[in-house]
Order: sequence, then C-alpha cells, then structure tokens
Amino acid sequence: MAEEKKVARKKIEATVQMNRYMSDYFYELNEADKSRSRKIAWCTSVGPAEILRAMGFLIHFPENHGAMLGATRMATDMIPVANASGYSPEICSYLTADVGAYMKGITPLSRAYPGIDRVPRPDVLVYNTNQCRDVQDWFAWYAAEFKVPLLGIHTHRGVKDVGDDHVASIASQMKALIPPLEAISGNKFDIDKLNHVLALSKECSGLWKKVLDTASAKPSPLTFFDGTIHMGPAVVLRGTQTAVDYYKQLLAELETRIHDRVAAVEPERFRLYWDGMPMWGRLRDHSELFSRAGVNVLASTYCNSWIFSAFDPEDPFNSMARAYTELFIVRADDAKEDYIRRMIEFFKVDGIIYHDAKTCPNNSNCRYGMPQRLEALTGIPSLTINGDLNDLRLVSDEQTKTNVEAFIEQLEER
Amino acid sequence: MNASQSVYAGIDVGASRTKAIIIDADRQIIGRAVIKSGTDFEEASCRCLDQALDMAGLTVAYITNAMSTGYGRNNVAIARDSKTEISCHARGCFHYFSHAISIIDIGGQDNKIIKLDASGKRLSFKMNRKCAAGTGAFLEEMSLRLDIPLEKLDGLARQSQSMVELGSFCTVFSATEVLEKIRQGKNVSDIVKGLFHSVIKRVMEMDSLTEQVVMTGGVVAHNDYLVQMTSEMIERPVLVPEYPQLTGALGAALFAMEYSDK
Repeated sequence: MAEEKKVARKKIEATVQMNRYMSDYFYELNEADKSRSRKIAWCTSVGPAEILRAMGFLIHFPENHGAMLGATRMATDMIPVANASGYSPEICSYLTADVGAYMKGITPLSRAYPGIDRVPRPDVLVYNTNQCRDVQDWFAWYAAEFKVPLLGIHTHRGVKDVGDDHVASIASQMKALIPPLEAISGNKFDIDKLNHVLALSKECSGLWKKVLDTASAKPSPLTFFDGTIHMGPAVVLRGTQTAVDYYKQLLAELETRIHDRVAAVEPERFRLYWDGMPMWGRLRDHSELFSRAGVNVLASTYCNSWIFSAFDPEDPFNSMARAYTELFIVRADDAKEDYIRRMIEFFKVDGIIYHDAKTCPNNSNCRYGMPQRLEALTGIPSLTINGDLNDLRLVSDEQTKTNVEAFIEQLEER
Repeated sequence: MNASQSVYAGIDVGASRTKAIIIDADRQIIGRAVIKSGTDFEEASCRCLDQALDMAGLTVAYITNAMSTGYGRNNVAIARDSKTEISCHARGCFHYFSHAISIIDIGGQDNKIIKLDASGKRLSFKMNRKCAAGTGAFLEEMSLRLDIPLEKLDGLARQSQSMVELGSFCTVFSATEVLEKIRQGKNVSDIVKGLFHSVIKRVMEMDSLTEQVVMTGGVVAHNDYLVQMTSEMIERPVLVPEYPQLTGALGAALFAMEYSDK
C-alpha cells in the first residue's frame, strides 16, 4: 500500500526562549488587568503600537488572540456565536472567532498560561485600517462592550506608490491620537520615548527581515510554518529590547544552519512561496503535507508584513506613516505583483501557493487574475487552495491534499 | 498468457466508483471493471481488481506492478505507489490523444480541467472547490428530486424541445428551482436538459479551454448527450476516449508500467 511517511520540519532551538518571552508578555498583561496598575491599549497588529508603547500602555493585539483561537482549533466553535449575534460568516473570521470567544467567556490564553482566565480589559482601543475595514468594526464592538474610547487611523487603500500626500495624511492622523491618549494614560507625550521605542522597533524589524531572508539560502534553514510561529515577538513585542534580543538569538541559529548546510526540510526538492493568510488550524498538517514530499514552503507575503524598513527615529511620525502605508496589503495590484515577482527571484522558488481565504479578501491576492499574470510573466506555476484563516468549516482537507500533491507532481514533470 | 509476461494494474478509487484496469506489456487493455466504492475502499479496490483480473483471465500473481489513484488511493493494498487522479487522468488521456489537449473530467464528486502540452506535460489544472455543483453528485441529487432513474436522464435531455435554464450555483437551491419549474408546468425533459447545461456551465467557469477538448469521467461515460451539448456550446468537436470512466485507472496502469523498474 502506498503509505504516507511522516517527516517533521527541523525544530528551532530558540523556540524555548520565544515561548518564555511570550509567556512573560501575557502574564504582564494579565497582572496589569487584574491590578489595574498599568493602562492597557488594544491595537491592530500593524497599527501604531510604537506610539502606545511610548506613552506607557501595555498592548494587547486582538489579531494575535484571533490567530491563537485558530491555531488551537477553538475558532470554529466560537464563530457561530458571533454569527448568531449578527456578524456574518462571510466577514473576517478573526473578528467572529474573537468576539464569539469573548461572548462565551473563553480564551486560548487559559490553556497556554495557567492562571489567565480572560483577555485583558482595555482602557482604549486603537485601530489602523491599513489591513482592512473589519478591524474598525471589530474594535467598535469592544469599545461599546467595555465603554472605552475608540481611536483610529484611516489608511488609503490600493496605493500604487506611497507619496508625500499619503504620508502627510497618516502622520497627521497619528499626531491627532496624542491628546486623547495623554488623557487616557495620564502620561505626557515624550518624543524622546517615542524615538527610543521606534529605534527598537526598527532594529526588531531589521532583524526579523534578516531572519526571513535566511530562507533564500539553498537549502533553506527556515520554513513559512516556522515563520508564522516565530513572528510572535515582531507582532506583540516590537519596540522592546526583548524582541531585539530574541531575533538576534534566532538569526544566529539560522545562520549556523546555513553555514552547516542544515535544511529545514530534508531533502529540499522544491521551494515554494506562500501568498495569503496561513490556515491557522492546519499549520502542522500543511507543514507535514509539504515536508513529506520534500517541499519547503519557505517564504511568504504574510510573514514579511512585519518588516517596516522605513522606520526612522529621526523622523518618527512621517516614517511610521510611510512604513505602515508601504505594506503589501495596502498597495495596488501592480505594486503587489512587482513585489511577489521580486520575492520569487530572491527566494529562488519553483512555485507559488495562493491561499484564497474565504473570509479575508484583503489577504487573498488570487481573485483578480494575479496568478495568471504572474505566471505569464515569470513562468513560475502556481496553485490556489481554498480555505480560511480560522473557520475550518471552509476548509476541505482532502481537496487541499489532492491539489497540493497534484501540484508537486506537476513540478516533478517540469 | 503465461506467467512470464508482464501485466500492470491501475486502480482508481473514486468517491463514488472504483475503477480497475489491467494492461499488458503492449499497453493493451485486457481487463477492466467499475464498481461502487462504498465505505470500505480497501475491500472495494480488491473486489474491483479481482473483477478486472477475471476479465483478463488472470490472477493477482500475474501483476508485475500496480499503481493506485483517486480519493482512496492510499487504501489500495496491492499498490506500491500512488499518484493523484490529476496526473493519472492526464496520462490516460494522452495515451489516446497524443497532442496538446484540455481535459474536462466530470466525476462523482469533483470536476477537473487539466491542460497538457504537445509532449504530454501538464501545464495547469483546476479542480472544483468544495461545492458539488457541476458534479455527478448534482445530477444524482436532481434525479432523486425528480424521481427519475439516473440512467434515464440522458434520454430525457435529448427529447427536450425548449431548455429550461437554471440560475443557481448551489445544488440545494437548484433543487428548489427545479421544483418551482415543475410547479410552473415546465416539461421534465426541458428541465433535465437545463440540468445538463448547468453542469457544463459550472465546469467551464473553472478555466479556459485552450486546446482540443477531451471529456472523461463517469458522468460523461453515462451521458453522451452531455458531450454533444458541450461540443455545441464551445463550437468545436470534443474527443472522448474509449472508456471515459476509466482514464484515471488507465493512467495509473501506464504509470505502474513506467515505474516497474524503479
């Protein structure tokens, strides 16, 4: 009988340290929530976290919580709760899973971190629509629930080239956050603190980029699936020395792997690029599906989204405005195509996987002919798989498996 | 046949039907069988293979190599290797039509459009998404709703004088639509032709058809009129291999032959 062999990707040693840092982060938030000793802000994951941190807030990231609900496969049971209260199954399943979990009084934090029984209560919610409009509605629900202020930055969408007008608009919106945040935090805004936080964020971002870029080595020491786990500190701890220290450690380990020609997936027969969201509840399955065929999905648009090259502590507001608007997800399709084409070349990939996530149109880049245009341009074949970031009711495992295996057979024929 | 001659088996365990083919060293089909897959894929694959071997007048001991494919490809005891149905349908079709082709396969639970270049290399493929629209399951559901045996649909569709178009993507909504048409007094044969038309439309939405078109699959095997309608819709001839339901199994058998020395 044709049996499926199990091949795990190689374990990254630094994971132990990352788990320690993440644990500290969640317990610190929990302690502040219980004692009300520090103000807590909720922030979108590519939002203005640096401003909040500089003003003394501890920060909870609902998208991180949404991903945890997905990765623990709790989301699919929570989503219907939000659906029943009027939030459509067609909208962001981070939103519906997160709100549904709150309504049921459940959090994956309790499983991972004994003693934590709820998400930390916010003093303010701050969103940036640079990823999507759903975050605005998501945060608005909690603002009404907790009766706390809701502040937001409204980013231009479909931007081809980020110009001075875009930057000026976003920078002014960021500056407008300062007075209400001073009132809520009780702290006076200090530009030196912001510059310091931004310098740490820039360093974190630079190190994270170097970590992801190690995947350009042949064989790659890293997989996309590793990236989705190790991006944690870049999301929730950027702007801190902790994140900088972590990525120095991780980078050193990966550089040693490159030096020793240690492959994350052995043998590395094919190299693929992933565009779109991960399917959080299927990370392990997908990792094994590819690795047992000797295929390394090694780079992604998604993990690259926490690289903010434009950060400049000498010009904090304008550079944050630029960095948060230069993101892939904000951009027009021709800018996105150019980006993926450069990634194909840099990471030397043999093919692209597009994840068409049912509830995340903004992160599904295969709906307007991009795969066909890029294939015509580069000759690199692609496969689109249908699924979702969190809602496993929208995932067909057998369809995914057959499609992926057939795609690998196609690569073997080339 | 004596035991020193080589024969190769291909077993395609589909969600609806299991198919087996035995070929000899000259790539000639000497045995074939189609049975319902049921719920025990391993048992179905053994039984189907036995029937194909019976037709060939052989026993399992004669098989030099076997390859499995299809939804239950990992449940075939005799197969040393497996390949996806996409590769096997492509290989089976190219055996009959050795030039650039676009294959439309309409199976029990999924559809595929597979494009091959002139050397038989796969250029691309598309499968239907999670939805059953446009598959055999759609026609099965409709035959139940209309209380018409599945095998009578083809003949009824041919009798249609004025096709009734159905608009919905969804099998369940289509069923409601069909009931509404019956209530309106529409002719059953016109509704059945509309169902066939709907199947073809759903498949053609999946991808463009760039080369000579070949149609395969169980739905095609049992509904010739579907091929004629497709040909009329795309305004060019459609090729159909000798055993359209068995092209996946044939491809698997051909791969078994190629892999027998590996």
